[in-house]
Amino acid sequence: MALNSNTPSGPLSEKWDNHKFNLKLVNPANKRKYDVIIVGTGLAGASAAASLAELGYNVKTFCFQDSPRRAHSIAAQGGVNAAKNYRNDGDSVHRLFYDTIKGGDYRAREANVYRLAQVSVNIIDQCVAQGVPFAREYGGLLDNRSFGGAQVSRTFYAKGQTGQQLLLGAYSAMNRQIGAGKIQSYTRHEMLDLVVVDGKARGIIARDMVTGKIERHAAHAVVLCTGGYGNVFYLTTYARGSNATAIWRAHKKGAYFGNPCFTQIHPTCIPVSGDHQSKLTLMSESLRNDGRIWVPMKKGDNRRPEDIPENERDYYLERIYPSFGNLVPRDIASRKAKEMCDEGRGVGASGLAVYLDFSEAINRLGQKAVEARYGNLFDMYKQITGEDPYKTPMRIYPAVHYTMGGLWVDYNLMTTVPGLYACGEANFSDHGANRLGASALMQGLADGYFVLPYTIGDYLAGEERKPITTDHPEFEAAEKNVKGMIEKLLSVKGTKTSHDFQRELGLIMWNHCGMARNEKGLIEGIEKIKALRQDFWSNIMVPGSGEELNQNLEKASRVADLIELGELMMHDALHRRESCGGHFREEYQTPEGEALRDDDNFAYVAAWEFMGVDSPAKLHKEELNYETVKRSQRSYK
Amino acid sequence: MSGNMNLTLKVWRQKNTSASGTFETYQASGISPDMSFLEMMDVVNEDLIKQGKDPIAFDHDCREGICGMCSMYINGRAHGPLKGVTTCQLHMRTFKDGDTITIEPWRSSAFPVLKDLVVDRSAFDRIQQAGGFVSVNTGSVQDANSIPVPKENADEAFLSAACIGCGACVAACKNSSAMLFVSAKVSQYALLPQGQVERAKRVVNMVEQMDQEGFGNCTNTEACEAECPKQISVSNIARMNREYIKAKLFS
Repeated sequence: MALNSNTPSGPLSEKWDNHKFNLKLVNPANKRKYDVIIVGTGLAGASAAASLAELGYNVKTFCFQDSPRRAHSIAAQGGVNAAKNYRNDGDSVHRLFYDTIKGGDYRAREANVYRLAQVSVNIIDQCVAQGVPFAREYGGLLDNRSFGGAQVSRTFYAKGQTGQQLLLGAYSAMNRQIGAGKIQSYTRHEMLDLVVVDGKARGIIARDMVTGKIERHAAHAVVLCTGGYGNVFYLTTYARGSNATAIWRAHKKGAYFGNPCFTQIHPTCIPVSGDHQSKLTLMSESLRNDGRIWVPMKKGDNRRPEDIPENERDYYLERIYPSFGNLVPRDIASRKAKEMCDEGRGVGASGLAVYLDFSEAINRLGQKAVEARYGNLFDMYKQITGEDPYKTPMRIYPAVHYTMGGLWVDYNLMTTVPGLYACGEANFSDHGANRLGASALMQGLADGYFVLPYTIGDYLAGEERKPITTDHPEFEAAEKNVKGMIEKLLSVKGTKTSHDFQRELGLIMWNHCGMARNEKGLIEGIEKIKALRQDFWSNIMVPGSGEELNQNLEKASRVADLIELGELMMHDALHRRESCGGHFREEYQTPEGEALRDDDNFAYVAAWEFMGVDSPAKLHKEELNYETVKRSQRSYK
Repeated sequence: MSGNMNLTLKVWRQKNTSASGTFETYQASGISPDMSFLEMMDVVNEDLIKQGKDPIAFDHDCREGICGMCSMYINGRAHGPLKGVTTCQLHMRTFKDGDTITIEPWRSSAFPVLKDLVVDRSAFDRIQQAGGFVSVNTGSVQDANSIPVPKENADEAFLSAACIGCGACVAACKNSSAMLFVSAKVSQYALLPQGQVERAKRVVNMVEQMDQEGFGNCTNTEACEAECPKQISVSNIARMNREYIKAKLFS
């Protein structure tokens, strides 16, 4: 199948408006004749569910947590970008667009990113109207701060809990519709297969995680808002439950996977302290507004940070990138931290950390002001490490945080399966090879509030206005498939737990497909993952049965998918013989050690088609045509 | 790197909602003081699985203290001994080698146990569905800065909105009252101009739903605030009571 992005023609700034006019409409009385399933209730899912229900569609939502409010969007700390230009500092829709395209190292679709920047302003309006308590100034107007990759202050925030407040806003809008009977919310339910009837997405198979019952749910369209797949790396800032099962099983049913190897490694996370650790905790990028990153000049300098005099410290980001300083994009900040540690100048017991120092800010602003800005983050740091960041610098190290890759979608957010949409982190669309800080919340809400409600109508308008039923043979087959897999997992009765396998997988991914990648390592990594998959299906041990609340069964089924996805990520990383954004191939770098793109050969989205677990996926290319922006070597110097 | 703490755990085990539960005793050995409480539970569960036993079911997700999913009653206290900390952020350095730790689920008839330490908190969702929102449709709103909010009100609304919906307040209360949870949402909107239009209706509907779910009355002992991992203030309850009386008087 040839990939068609369905990007509208015309000047960049008019594409979305023209497109909205050209999209087919469903009349208000007919909207209630259409059912839509939304899987995942984070920012993208909750906002889409509320908006579609308000329009009059019948919505069913599914989440694996006990409440929609717990989706991992809740953990986003720093903020949400919007081109409001409330600071009078030169921001505009075009500048947010440009920063995002450049930040993504010219691997995103221009038209999508422009639309994202356009609707960013509506997001802030919407959230404020819902009663989201953003930070304000004494005059009562909204406050802003700066994030990486931008020289303007366009980030709106609610202390270090912006994701929480935005999600609770979307959740409240969803609750209103649940109360009104327009949304049926299924909690503690996990989607285990997509049902495709006559080439169209027509429903899902879900497991009730309390009773173990396998259920069929039918609809005219299915929307996946299930987030990213970073847990393939095991130790990440993702929630423990975050998984790729919905998108991976949709991929196996025909949805192409876009740029799977594009992973974001966030520069400022609390370092690993031991092998018992179950997750890593982010320290928001907003800290780089006031914190200064440094390592000792000397290798192996193990004095306490307070005892190292100013002239023996290397504020390396300020030194190498004077114009952006500590606020360079995440991929660059991460890579430089790794370089410093590789040189032997890392700090802490493991040597795998750099300092993030607030002493200058505390002297300049006073402890109270620093506390008002970052108090909850400082408390969290202290709780985890037992150290007080008001007194001694934080130690930080990069960790897996986000996946730019995801299901390939066209301009309408539809995947290659008609009637199947993907929104938020689950799709590949807007961040190219590197996402800028405070842009994930923006994209999730843009997709859910302001894009999907328009584009899904165009598809539904062409569908018959009669209920979809679950008696198709395709439902039967998908249900059988799901039950078969559960039985298989339970029947191996091996010696290793899903936890053991996920750790092994994570190590392979981190060592072979992490912050720096090379051909030899990737080829080895692919072999190791294949072996791990074999081992999994011969040695997995899942206690209990399928007919009860069984957390190990849930986990085993997710790990099985992550192993397959990990292999695809490695293939994608291997085939992309260039460096761009978060994808750093050691063979392709500038003399200064920056990512070296190859626009002649790789200015495309790699969309992979599933051909069977044991067969290599098939590559399809969507060429990225830049009509407005001139591609150049990214410079933050 | 495993540690050197050895602990005795007394854990509530219950197969499902209708089964009756009981305490079982387990040994947790080789625990590092740097582990979080849930990482200690992971170690115990891995051991149980490898011994062919049923691991302990417990809710958890973000493991950074914000999703509100984790919910253990540890040594008679919701989320354990520390103030302002969820179970997932509680670290084993808080305990001593040789300690015996009792672990129970939230106990409230409005939160039925689903299995072991996992409870059903959907009552909280239903209370929010009854009125925990501002009725604005997507797109039909004015510019964000056309609604100025005094900074003090915005900050106070934020403190109320910081509730993570974990249910510790209910678990800590002798009466299983959900007043702190409900009042935090009522307060957030009562403090903001956006919440004014539906102010009276909201508090009445949410309180009615709260009562229907079987939560008890406020004890005025303030155990909820003491155990709340986000330190939501009981002054929210006073505000909700005022809001409720006003709404009833003038309706």
